Amino acid sequence: MKLEIKGLTKRFGSFTANDHIDLTVEPGEIHCLLGENGAGKSTLMNMLYGLLEPTEGEIVVDGEPVTFTTPGEAIEAGIGMVHQHFMLVPVFTVAENVMLGREQTRRGVLDRKAASRLVRDLSDRYGLKVDPDALVEDLPVGVQQRVEILKALANDAKVLILDEPTAVLTPQEIDELMAIMRGLKEQGTSIIFITHKLREVKAIGDRISVIRRGKVVGTAQPSASEAELAELMVGRSVQLTVDKAPATGGAAVLEARGISVVDPRGHLVVKDVSFEARAGEVLGIAGVQGNGQTELIKSLLGLVRPDAGQVWIEGRDISRHGPRESLEEGIGYVPEDRSHDGFVGSFSVRENLVLDLFRNEEFSRGPVLKRDAIEANARHRIEEFDIRTETMETPVASLSGGNQQKVVVAREFSRPLKVLIASQPTRGVDVGSIEFIHKRIIAERDRGTAVIIVSTELDEIYALSDRIAVMYDGRIVGTVDPSIPREEIGLMMAGATTPAAANGGAA
Amino acid sequence: MTTTTTGPAAASPSPEAPVRDRADVRRQVRLVITFGLVLAALVVFALLIEDPKFTYLLGEKRTAEFTPKDANATVISWGAVVVAAIALVLAVLDRFPRGWKGALLGILVGLAFYAGFLMWAYTDQGEGGFQAFIANPIPGTIRIATPLVLGALAGCLCERAGVINIAIEAQFLSGAFFASVFSSIAYSSLVFIPVALCAVFGLLGGVLAGVLIAAMLGWFALRYRVNQVVLGVVLVAFATGLTSFLLGQIPSDHKETLNDPQVLEKIEIPVLADIPVVGDALFNQTLLVYLMYASVALVTFLLFQTRWGLRVRAVGEHPKAADTVGIQVNRVRWQAVLLGGVFAGLGGAYYTVGSTGAFDREVSAGTGFIALAAVIMGRWHPVGATFAAVFFGFMWNLQNQLSFVQPVPGELLGAAPYLATIIAVAGFVGRVRPPAADGEPYVKG
Repeated sequence: MKLEIKGLTKRFGSFTANDHIDLTVEPGEIHCLLGENGAGKSTLMNMLYGLLEPTEGEIVVDGEPVTFTTPGEAIEAGIGMVHQHFMLVPVFTVAENVMLGREQTRRGVLDRKAASRLVRDLSDRYGLKVDPDALVEDLPVGVQQRVEILKALANDAKVLILDEPTAVLTPQEIDELMAIMRGLKEQGTSIIFITHKLREVKAIGDRISVIRRGKVVGTAQPSASEAELAELMVGRSVQLTVDKAPATGGAAVLEARGISVVDPRGHLVVKDVSFEARAGEVLGIAGVQGNGQTELIKSLLGLVRPDAGQVWIEGRDISRHGPRESLEEGIGYVPEDRSHDGFVGSFSVRENLVLDLFRNEEFSRGPVLKRDAIEANARHRIEEFDIRTETMETPVASLSGGNQQKVVVAREFSRPLKVLIASQPTRGVDVGSIEFIHKRIIAERDRGTAVIIVSTELDEIYALSDRIAVMYDGRIVGTVDPSIPREEIGLMMAGATTPAAANGGAA
Repeated sequence: MTTTTTGPAAASPSPEAPVRDRADVRRQVRLVITFGLVLAALVVFALLIEDPKFTYLLGEKRTAEFTPKDANATVISWGAVVVAAIALVLAVLDRFPRGWKGALLGILVGLAFYAGFLMWAYTDQGEGGFQAFIANPIPGTIRIATPLVLGALAGCLCERAGVINIAIEAQFLSGAFFASVFSSIAYSSLVFIPVALCAVFGLLGGVLAGVLIAAMLGWFALRYRVNQVVLGVVLVAFATGLTSFLLGQIPSDHKETLNDPQVLEKIEIPVLADIPVVGDALFNQTLLVYLMYASVALVTFLLFQTRWGLRVRAVGEHPKAADTVGIQVNRVRWQAVLLGGVFAGLGGAYYTVGSTGAFDREVSAGTGFIALAAVIMGRWHPVGATFAAVFFGFMWNLQNQLSFVQPVPGELLGAAPYLATIIAVAGFVGRVRPPAADGEPYVKG
């Protein structure tokens, strides 16, 4: 099936998310769509899938112009989509999720057996191993993604859209996904592969279209170099690595011993984790999303109380501290979900910059806030951190992702820190801001702060870390030096303990 | 109580260090406290009995068929103490079973408490005067539980689809009113309807009224995305006001034509109705009660075995996922809300044509909210909600029956059903997870 997009435009009010986009996907082709977060890739795909209606332009399938007002019509036309946030009902089984929307019944009763058979047939045919009767919420993310792909295949998708599919996968799972994609391609399915990761585009793409600020700014062959692709994507030449001096490696500032955390569902998600963070050193915690990093970090901060184990800062036990006491001990915290935990969206930049500082004598006297001091602080931080905002009274929710993150980082860096904990510090942040935030983190390290970085992006882990701890299934499977090859860390992210783990161990 | 935690010094032998979930520890503490209190109360009850003679009746009222019989309380009282003691020991040792075994044992302890309490309440009534006897609780329970079950089923349907329905009480009130009006009109004015079917025609009125309120709920909640909790409360106020107003508008000389309904006749099911103790209460009932039994099975089947049910649960859990496979989220939600209106309307009809007859101001007396509680206590499952509703009915009936007995203070009795609810929810229900998208309007894109 040949899919053409002609002059497709989407405006939200005065904002143009997609501006006259032209794109052609040939049958049996893997067409990569490369672009930064917020470039408009997802908007484009949502129009293709009938979730959004285009303001202008048309979609042409095999020469026939079509309009999709519901996903049902897009599915009917042979378009399948694997969403970045999985569209699976967690309390349903795999088979129920696959049959949803196209249920077979026998005398009015759901034919669950037929659905299981269909899942088994499809998973045999395309080599996607899944248990049809497992509950989706019990499956690892990699398998959930397979369910999403199966769902699309069950609807006879001829064009498969994969929206940032690798964000949640281990390097090995990414390899498996690529093998699956090649298999699908051989059977004649076209694939639109959306990503911002240059490495993957080069590995799998037949053709690459680059989107920037809602426009197609160029096409490239997979033979193009990463630097060229990055320049196309960002619009200027970017530095892909961070300059940093070797770590000084001081005394242990934060120590965690035997931390275990049980989540509200009763699962043990952090299992007996011990590590230490040293002054003037970046400890990177690598691992695929959902292997206990979130809960571990929350327990260090007192956001959840660990069910076992202790945390010390400079020898003082802080395991029973609440978040406020932990912050007062000198922990800086950049949360992984900034819009949820990092700022109050409807508050202004000025207010968000003192969210955890307003109790200081500098900013308040008794119950009264010192407005002048808070404004001076905001002016100072906005300049220092290059926060692009119209005024200091602009609500943070209306800033771009990168600038929102800069507000969070600026606030956390404006206290004297002993430990900086940053979770996914550059998720959803444009490349320019990534460079800036990385530089600031290294500067903080050089000031003698112990830094802990949690990231699911190996590139980021490598760029910043002086030591790398790899988490898998709630445990630290090993602590290694950043000189070890990616493949080995990849294996550890999938649960293997390597010999290297013994050498650079946490003790 | 045992807590196993690994200290920093204690080297854990295996990576799977035995860490107990705090929630699990809390569960044990809760069980120990509950059973401890139950045991203490039962011992006090047993010790307070001076003359162990009590009187019981297998029927609800003294009739030619049922006459009071005497029995001895000692064995029952101390038997209840033993049951509670066993449960307490199991809980202390953290050996209290989970799943259906635990539920069964919990129910057994509840029954033991009930028995021990009754023994204390009905013995030592003194010589002479009125002698209260223990009557069969089942007929009264069914009477109170019938509308509760129907209301709870309506709640399950709505909330499984992701629409919070606080307005069950509104559906009860309007259902009760219009059932009465329809039945009255059918009897007095619509001659072509046989007298026997007038009450059934009343049910139709109840259903229409329930669906009408459901349509208002759907209209505002789905079309205009009004906050569903506020909306529900407003609808209750609306229905209370409207039915009171309309009742006031009926002139006293037109009372027979508009608010003097035919009530449903009892229909005896042969064989089943002859089962001792329970048969007459369960199977010599009106059409509405049999409809209630069927509705429980029907709603369970619809939700869990049909295409429609799968879609309803999908839009209640993850509407966007349903949308992306081509399901029209709001259409399915509309269907579930309207179908819920049918059951809630039937529940309302019980208060007039199903039982006493004429409509009176606020005849349902807040039971719609109890039905809502049953939905939550039953974990949004139609069968669970039914059990919860029956439990509430049982407690209510107990309160009514005990009001004839001396030693129990009336004020405490009034609070007993609520107290029992809190104990049951806190002690035995445990973690409750509502449908993930409950109460959240779905906006495309």
